[in-house]
Amino acid sequence: MNGAFEAPTIEYGALAPLLVIFGAAIIGVLVEAFAPRYLRKAIHVPLTLLSVAGAFALVLLQVVRGQVSTAPSAMGALAVDGPSLFIWGVILVLSFVCVLLINDEGHFVASAAAVPGSSDEEEAEAESHGVGHTEVYPLVLFAVGGMLLFPASHDLLMMFVALEVMSLPLYLLCGLARRRRLLSQEASMKYFLLGAFSSAFFLYGTAMIYGFAGTVSLPGINQAMAAGNSLDPLLLIGFAMLGVGLLFKIGAAPFQAWKPDVYQGAPTPITALMASGTLVAAFGAVLRVFWVGLGNLDWNWRPVIWVVAALTMIVGSILAITQTEIKRMLAYSSIAHAGFLLVGVLATSASPARNADSLKAILFYLAVYGITTVGAFAVVTLIRDPGGEAGHLSRWAGLGKRAPMLAGTFAFFLLAFAGIPLTSGFFGKYAVFAAALESGTQAGDGLGGWMAGLVVVGVIASAIAAFFYVRVIVLMFFSEPAADGPSIAVPSMGTVAVIAVSLLVTVGVGLYPESVLGIANQAASSLFIR
Amino acid sequence: MESQVAEIVQHTGGAIGNAWLMIAFPLVGAFILLVFNRFTNRWGHLLGVAMSLASFVVAVLAFFELIGFGEEERRRAVHLYEFIPGMVDMGLLIDPLSICFALLITGVGSLIHIYSIGYMAHDEHRRRFFSYLNLFVAAMLLLVLADNYVGLFIGWEGVGLASYLLIGFWQFKPSAATAAKKAFVVNRVGDLGLLVGMFVIWTTFGTLTFQGLAEKITPGTQNGTMLAIGLLLLLGACGKSAQLPLQSWLLDAMEGPTPVSALIHAATMVTAGVYLVVRSGAFFFPEGSGAALAVAIVGAVTLLAGAIIGCAKDDIKKGLAGSTMSQIGYMMLGAGLGPAGYAFAIGHLITHGFFKADMFLGAGSVMHGMNDEVDMRKYGALRKAMPITYVTFMIGYLAIIGFPLLSGYFTKDGIIETAVHHQPILGWLAVIGAGVTGFYMSRMIFMTFFGEKRWADDAHPHESPLVMTVPLMILSLGAIGLGGWLVLGGTLYKFLIPAVGGNINEVPHFDFFSTPGLVTLALVAVGVVFAWMRYGRVAVPSVQPRGNFLTTFARRDLYGDALNESLFMRPGQWLTRLAVFFDNRGIDGVVNGLAAGIGGSSGRLRRIQTGFARSYALSILIGAALLTGALLFVGNI
Repeated sequence: MNGAFEAPTIEYGALAPLLVIFGAAIIGVLVEAFAPRYLRKAIHVPLTLLSVAGAFALVLLQVVRGQVSTAPSAMGALAVDGPSLFIWGVILVLSFVCVLLINDEGHFVASAAAVPGSSDEEEAEAESHGVGHTEVYPLVLFAVGGMLLFPASHDLLMMFVALEVMSLPLYLLCGLARRRRLLSQEASMKYFLLGAFSSAFFLYGTAMIYGFAGTVSLPGINQAMAAGNSLDPLLLIGFAMLGVGLLFKIGAAPFQAWKPDVYQGAPTPITALMASGTLVAAFGAVLRVFWVGLGNLDWNWRPVIWVVAALTMIVGSILAITQTEIKRMLAYSSIAHAGFLLVGVLATSASPARNADSLKAILFYLAVYGITTVGAFAVVTLIRDPGGEAGHLSRWAGLGKRAPMLAGTFAFFLLAFAGIPLTSGFFGKYAVFAAALESGTQAGDGLGGWMAGLVVVGVIASAIAAFFYVRVIVLMFFSEPAADGPSIAVPSMGTVAVIAVSLLVTVGVGLYPESVLGIANQAASSLFIR
Repeated sequence: MESQVAEIVQHTGGAIGNAWLMIAFPLVGAFILLVFNRFTNRWGHLLGVAMSLASFVVAVLAFFELIGFGEEERRRAVHLYEFIPGMVDMGLLIDPLSICFALLITGVGSLIHIYSIGYMAHDEHRRRFFSYLNLFVAAMLLLVLADNYVGLFIGWEGVGLASYLLIGFWQFKPSAATAAKKAFVVNRVGDLGLLVGMFVIWTTFGTLTFQGLAEKITPGTQNGTMLAIGLLLLLGACGKSAQLPLQSWLLDAMEGPTPVSALIHAATMVTAGVYLVVRSGAFFFPEGSGAALAVAIVGAVTLLAGAIIGCAKDDIKKGLAGSTMSQIGYMMLGAGLGPAGYAFAIGHLITHGFFKADMFLGAGSVMHGMNDEVDMRKYGALRKAMPITYVTFMIGYLAIIGFPLLSGYFTKDGIIETAVHHQPILGWLAVIGAGVTGFYMSRMIFMTFFGEKRWADDAHPHESPLVMTVPLMILSLGAIGLGGWLVLGGTLYKFLIPAVGGNINEVPHFDFFSTPGLVTLALVAVGVVFAWMRYGRVAVPSVQPRGNFLTTFARRDLYGDALNESLFMRPGQWLTRLAVFFDNRGIDGVVNGLAAGIGGSSGRLRRIQTGFARSYALSILIGAALLTGALLFVGNI
């Protein structure tokens, strides 16, 4: 230490989207503090939507101008490279549509602290005029900011901070459901406890790796591995701990247990945000850690992730079969999809030349899966019972007769999840599996057999998954509607827009995959900054 | 020496570069009408017509751009986008063959759209009808414009869907719903042939684009694989084009509204099979190959079968449907004769598109005036009541029987003469078929427009509005002059050479006084006179008399349905029963076991999901331990 303090150089241009989101979040907090209650929503809604749209425009601007950075930004803390920008774009689009869902009245409780059914609660309800907690908006913005930060982090400490910035607001948001309060609070509690538990693993792993490498910077760790003993137990244990933290976030088996409970309990718009945005962000981070930080540990983590991927696909699709609650079913479906995506992760580092291809496949998969998921949850918000959303599958019987458009749309989303041709889901799965097969044959060394084996497991899991997707379709279209069936809420303009956009993307990309694939390819071809 | 098919040139810009608009316009139309359903009720039909017309304009512009190129450069490929990464690129092929189809589809299609405004005026679901029509036009254009078999197949299924929806358009009639289902099922058999054919092409050649195949296949190659592909594609063609043995759905398809019968089940969709054969001709149906012979035989047999069925039908639309089968048989026969026959097959396809659409719409006009009565025994003497319909129908009639100098004369005679030259037996069968055509079409004319009134009491026949009769007039103009223009001097033959092959020095000369031509004319005259003796000179009973065994044979569609039933349906049912039996005993055990196994394991695994955060945390801990152990283990192997 020579005592001199150098002012850090910050690339404001590259980081502008992040700054817009966090800035808007802070303004949102101020609004909560100073604006009168009746005005808050009127301020929050345009503020949130504009900041998300503005951040998206800034991402576009960087891409259009060709200013994709090739070196780390902010003193090596962040990497705003091609894949980061693509993931940012996807997250911002997904959060924009999720905010449109959040705007709908009736999803959020007026006072989360009040005991359900108490007079306090009734009082708060009366005061808020059905608007509920307006803190939702700044919280969502902070979560979105964390999601942007997470996949772009270039060192492990930054990544940890991002993880917490992303997760803490989500823990709170999960507990804000207006209906079925206890379930919601339980979900929030569980998510917090388990999330904190896994974060501790992540931090512990970071410490161990620091002990080995003497740095937390991802490329630094990689270099240390190349230079030193890459089989040092300190490194291996550190990596395992790190892996637990990351795999927990994407919901890979055996760390998937929180997903169904949390997805079910959380207010549906928040579930949509978690199932799409968080998953995208977490996969971005997984890719970066595995590829940039642990590139030289390739032969160690591959077999382990192989098993995790296979297990995740199987557990997700098998457990989904016996689910009777629509949101739980979608949660297990999300677990299975995380498994399919892990197959793509395995395909990455087999040989650097193939990397762009598999990276492209995953980015494409994330984008199309995210938007279909939001669409599906948007439909879920519309099918209601007196006590809230009609979650039980038996309530969905005969929906095709009562609301053919809505049921048809939902059926289409389910087909996209199942990966039926001419939907976007088909090309996602196809791209990932094809990349995996290709990487296996390219690498040689008998790896081809292993990768092919994993793809076979993936295809079998898809077949099992197709069963429960189609079962819902059969239920909707070939069963008699119940006499006291659920009511179909008249959707707000926002919800209509969300469903329409999701449907258009799912159909459009299914017919014309090049539209998104081309962008993903461009983003992937620049690879992660190493 | 036969000249080669021209090379395909990549093209961008201009009307050809934007040919995708042809497909996009009607597709957008269908989309808007279906999505904004009720809100478009008032103007939906106008949008449908406008989209179809816009598509026609693009087709015309593309046509003129195409003929601006030299003959060797008239196959323009337009790349659109990568469809299935690494496998199929979506692109269009604008060449003389596809542009002929595009003009026919959009031209006749637009006329039929316009006609439908009047015909469907009183139907409360008119808007939906137009959305299906638009959907059909888009799919059909994709079918003929795609530069690969995958695009063709998507269009193929698209027209199948549109056809299904439109046959069953009046779904409240059980007969319409059944007919739609039947068409769908029978077409499935053919589609499977096409699909398997595509699989074989892919495994053999590794490409499904026409250009890729042209690079890999030496013209004239014949071997077992090529024959198999040819026969599989032929099966597909038979399904779509209602050729034996997959003909049975077409007659029932007449349950759809009449404009549909005119557009889909006469002028365009049913000719898709002919397109498939001609398009694949250079690859899989080389002149003199077994596959080409099979095409010609199927065509010849169907043309006779259709004609015989046409003789016995009292339902005017079914009579026309039989005639459609028969005429497509002629086209198939031509398509099985190599490049010399292609030009006549396509020429007949185009002229048939006009005169058959003309007659179908004429029949629709008659039904419109007769309270939707279709039984010709309830018609009679309508020529005074509906003069325009009468005149236009007469022109179509004269064209189809091959009255000298009208359209059908040139194109049908061309096929017959080429067939007699290449495959004499089949050629003479076609001559006989022409005679029968003269009979059944005259019978239809006499029963409908001449003789005594046999109308129902509440029938007040009247001429249809202009919106219906103007399309009739335009179509009949085509029925008069188009054939001569296409055939004389070999115009169409020369135009098609770059796309389907042929020899510029051997343009077939149209011989007005050839032996087969004269014999055909004589037989047609006999047919007409015979029809006049039975239906013109004597009164037609208004109730169907019991016929002899031959008539019954024809009335029952040559026992096609009975054959299907006894040969396929009943054994099929037995087979399913047998399968169910074995299924219950054997396979179900395995399947149910598997399902129960998966379900059971699901049930067991579910118990892990206790709902207690502590047990979840425990599973994370165990997972972390396993992960660490595994990494250390793998690291130290």
